[in-house]
Amino acid sequence: MIELKNIYKAYKKVPVLKGVSLKMEKGGVYAVLGPNGSGKTTLMKCILGMVLPDRGEVFVGGESVIKKHSYRENIGYLPQIARFPDNLKVEELFKMISDLRGQKGNSEDLIQRFGLEKYLSYKLSSLSGGTRQKVNLVICFMFDAQYILLDEPTSGLDPVAMIALRKLIEEKKQEGKIIILTTHIMDVVEKMADEIIFLMEGKIYFQGDQEKLDELTGSEGVEASIAQLLLKEEKGKNDSSQKNGFRFKLNKVAL
Amino acid sequence: MKRILKYSFFDMIRSRWSIFYFLFFLITASSLLYMSNDSSRALASLMNIVIILCPLIGTLFGVMYYYNSRDFIELLLAQPIKRRDIFLGEYFGLAFSIVISFIAGITIPFIFYGFGGADTLVNFLTIVVAGSILTMAFLAISFLVAMKNSNKIKGFGLAIIIWLFMAIIYDGLFLMSLFIFEDYPLETFSLAMTVINPIDLCRTLVMLQLDISALLGYTGAVFNKFFGTSQGIIISLFFALLWVAGPVWTISWQCKAKDF
Amino acid sequence: MKNLLFLFTLISVATNLHSQTIEVCPDCQYTSIKEAIKSSSPHDAIIIKNGVYREGNITIDKPLSIIGKDYPVIDGESKYEIFTIKSDSVTLRGLKLLNVGVSYTKDLAAINIINSDYVNIKDNILENSFFGVYYQKSSYGLIEGNVMQGNAVKEISSGNAIHLWHCDNMQIIDNQVRNHRDGIYLEFVDSSRIVNNVSEGNLRYGLHFMFSNWDDYISNTLRDNGAGVAVMFSRFIRMEDNLFEKNWGTTSYGLLLKEIYDAEIINNEFYKNTIGIYGESATRIKISNNEFHQNGWALKILGSCMDNEVVSNNFIGNTFDVTTNSSRNYNIYNGNYWDEYTGYDLDKDGYGDVPYRPVSLFSHVITKSESSIILLRSLFVDLLNYAEKVTPVFTPESLKDELPKMKPIQ
Repeated sequence: MIELKNIYKAYKKVPVLKGVSLKMEKGGVYAVLGPNGSGKTTLMKCILGMVLPDRGEVFVGGESVIKKHSYRENIGYLPQIARFPDNLKVEELFKMISDLRGQKGNSEDLIQRFGLEKYLSYKLSSLSGGTRQKVNLVICFMFDAQYILLDEPTSGLDPVAMIALRKLIEEKKQEGKIIILTTHIMDVVEKMADEIIFLMEGKIYFQGDQEKLDELTGSEGVEASIAQLLLKEEKGKNDSSQKNGFRFKLNKVAL
Repeated sequence: MKRILKYSFFDMIRSRWSIFYFLFFLITASSLLYMSNDSSRALASLMNIVIILCPLIGTLFGVMYYYNSRDFIELLLAQPIKRRDIFLGEYFGLAFSIVISFIAGITIPFIFYGFGGADTLVNFLTIVVAGSILTMAFLAISFLVAMKNSNKIKGFGLAIIIWLFMAIIYDGLFLMSLFIFEDYPLETFSLAMTVINPIDLCRTLVMLQLDISALLGYTGAVFNKFFGTSQGIIISLFFALLWVAGPVWTISWQCKAKDF
Repeated sequence: MKNLLFLFTLISVATNLHSQTIEVCPDCQYTSIKEAIKSSSPHDAIIIKNGVYREGNITIDKPLSIIGKDYPVIDGESKYEIFTIKSDSVTLRGLKLLNVGVSYTKDLAAINIINSDYVNIKDNILENSFFGVYYQKSSYGLIEGNVMQGNAVKEISSGNAIHLWHCDNMQIIDNQVRNHRDGIYLEFVDSSRIVNNVSEGNLRYGLHFMFSNWDDYISNTLRDNGAGVAVMFSRFIRMEDNLFEKNWGTTSYGLLLKEIYDAEIINNEFYKNTIGIYGESATRIKISNNEFHQNGWALKILGSCMDNEVVSNNFIGNTFDVTTNSSRNYNIYNGNYWDEYTGYDLDKDGYGDVPYRPVSLFSHVITKSESSIILLRSLFVDLLNYAEKVTPVFTPESLKDELPKMKPIQ
C-alpha cells in the first residue's frame, strides 16, 4: 500500500504539489497523467524519497518513509532519463546494483525479454538511448519489488520492447504488485491502467477508473477525456466561478 | 558507504581524469628531475606546481565529477541506500583516486631517480602531504558547491571564484593588511592569516622545509619556531584538515535536505 | 756596484758560517723548545722532531727558523698563547699547534707576531686555537699553506683564524681556515695580497676587511660562513676570481660592502648565498663579469650606493635579481645576462631590444614591509610582479639594463 497525505512541495517558491493526497491499496496499474509540469515526476520522487515534501506524509507499506532509506528495497524505479557511469559494462552495472542493494536480483529472464544478451559486455557509454532504457528496465524489475514506479517507461523503446514491457507489467499486475507509471501514450493507459490519477497545477483533479473518467467528461477514451479536462480548465480560467464549480464537481467524483 | 566508495573509486581510477592527473604529475616530475638533475631543485619547482595546481585541478574535478555523476547519484538514490553514504562514498571515491594518482605520479619518478638523502625525503613527503590535503580540500569544496547548485554554469563559476579567492585575492588582502598595519608587530597576524588559508599554509610549510626558508629572515624564523613546536604542527594540521572535514561534513548533512 | 755585491756575498757567507742547526726531541740534547731557543744564536735553525711539547708560552726574540719534522705537537693546554714572536725574520714551519687558551680580555693566539717584519708562517697545522695567527704592526709577512681548524661556537668567545692589525705588504696564500669567528680578519692592513685560501664554516665572516686599502684578494673560496666577505670602510680593494658559496642563513651574505670606495669585483662566482652582494654606502665599485647563481638576492644595493657599475654579469636562477630600498637609482646596470629577461632581439646584435628591469615589485614590497616575504611564491605575487613588469609604477624608473644580453656571457 502506498499512501500520500496532503503533500505540499515547492521548488524555489514555485509550488509544484499543492496538497496531494492519494491512496493506492490494491495491486494494479496506476497511471499518473497530467500536462507537462503538473508534478507527475515530483509525485513519484516523493514516494521514492528523492524529493522531500515541504509538508505532508508518505507511507509505503504502512510505514512513514520520509528521510528513511531501507523501504526502497521494495521499490523498483525507472527514471525518465537513464544515464550511468560511463566506464561500466552492462553486466557490471547489474552486478553493482545488486551488490549495492544487497539483494540478489534475477536479471537473466529480463535480459532475454529485452534482447540484451549481446550487449552485456558493452560499455554503457556506447549504448543507444533505447538500449539504455532497456538496461534501465532490467534494473527496475530485477529485484521483483512490491512497488514499481515507471517514469515514462515507453520513451525510446522499439515496438518489440514495448510489447515485452506490456507483458511484463501485465504479469506483475497479476502478481498483485502496485505499479505506478506516467506516460504520454494514452493507448498504454487505456489498455493497462486500472486507475487513472489526473494531476493538474499540483492538485489531483481526478482519480478513478476509465469509466468514471468517461462519465465525468462525457467523452469516450482516455485521450478524448483528458483533452476535455484540459479544455474545461481553459474555460474555467476565463470564468473563475465556473472553475470553482467544476473543481467542486471533480473533487466530489475523485472522492 | 564502503560499497559506493569502492565503485566510485574504481570508476574514477579507470577514468581519463585520474589517468590525466597521474600522467601530468608523472611527466612534470620526471622532466623536472631530468632537466635540473638535482632532486632538491626539482622538488622546489614541483612545490610551486603543486601549490597552484592541486587546488585548481581539485576545484575543477570536484565540480565536473559531481555534474557528471548526477545521473548515477539519482540511480543510487532510488536504491535502499542512505543518502549520506551515497554522497560521502562518491566524494571519497573521487578524492582517493585523485590523491592516489597524484601521489603515484610524483613518487614514481623519484623512486627511479632516488631521493638523494633524508632531507630531500622529508621535503618530498611534505609536498605529498600538502598536495594531498589541498586536493582533498578543494575537491570537497567544489563538490559541495556543485551539490548546492544544480545550474552547472553557476556551480562552475562559484567554485572558480572560491579558488580565485583562496589562491589569489586572499593573499592580496593579506599583503594589503600588512601594509596598513605596518607599524604593529605582525608576526602573529601573519601566522594566523597563513594558518587559516590552506593554500598559504601548505605553501609556507613546504617553503620552510626547502632551503629558501633562509630568505624569509625574521618572519621566517618566527614561522619556523611556530611550526617547529608540536603545538604548531597540531594547530596547522588541525586547520588543514578542517578544510577537508568542514566541507565533507557540510556535504553529509546538506545532502539530506536536497531534492533531485 | 762591485762593493755592494761584495757586501752581499760577505753577509751571506757570514750568516752561513754562523748559522747552526739545533735539534729538539725527547731523546735529543735539547728536550725543550724554550731551552733550544735560549741557547741558539740569531739565524739558527731549530728542528723539532716528532713528540708532544707542553711548555706554556714560548717567546722568540731573535731571528730563527723553527721547523717541525713530522708535525711535532706543541700544546697550549687551553691556557697559554703558544708562540709570541718579537723579532724580525722568524720562520715557523711544519708545526702542529693545539689548544690555545681562551681569554675574554687578551687576544691569545697560537702564533702572535708583534712589531716584527719578514715573519713567515708556513705549512703549520693549528687546531682548537682561539686566535690562530695574529700579526700586529708588522710588515712583509707571509702566511702560507697553513690549516687552521677552530671550534668556535659563539662569536663572543671565539677568535679569528688569521688576524692582521696595522700591517702592510702581507701575503696570505693557500691557507685553509675553518670554524673561527672570522676566517681572515684585516684591520688597517694595506697593500696586501690574499690568494687561493679556503675559508669556510666561520661564524661571522670568511674574510673581513676593516679600514684597509689597496689590497687584492684573488681566487679564494668563501663557503658556508655567516657572510663570505665583509669589506668595510676600505678603498681600492680588488676582488677577483673568488668563489662565494653557500653563505646561507637568515642574515648571511656572499659579499658585504659597507662604506667602501673604488673597488673592483671581477670574475667572481656567487652561488647559493642568501644575498650575493649587499651594498650599503658603496661608491664607485665596478662589478663585472661575475656569475650569480641561485642566490636569494643576487644584489641588494641600498639607496646610499652611488656611481657603481654592474656590467656583463650573469644572473641565473636567483630568487630576486636586484633589490633596493630606494625609489631612485644612481648606479649603472648594463650588458648583463638576466635569465628572467623575456625580451627579443630583432637586430640580432646579441642584446635585447627592450630594457630589463631587474627589480621585481615584490622585492620592492619586501623592503617596505619585511614580513610580507611570507607571501613569497604565492600566485598573487607572481601576478603582481608580472603586472609591474608590464607597466612599472613602483620600482625605480631608471634602474634598468638598457642592453640586456640574450645569452649568458661566457
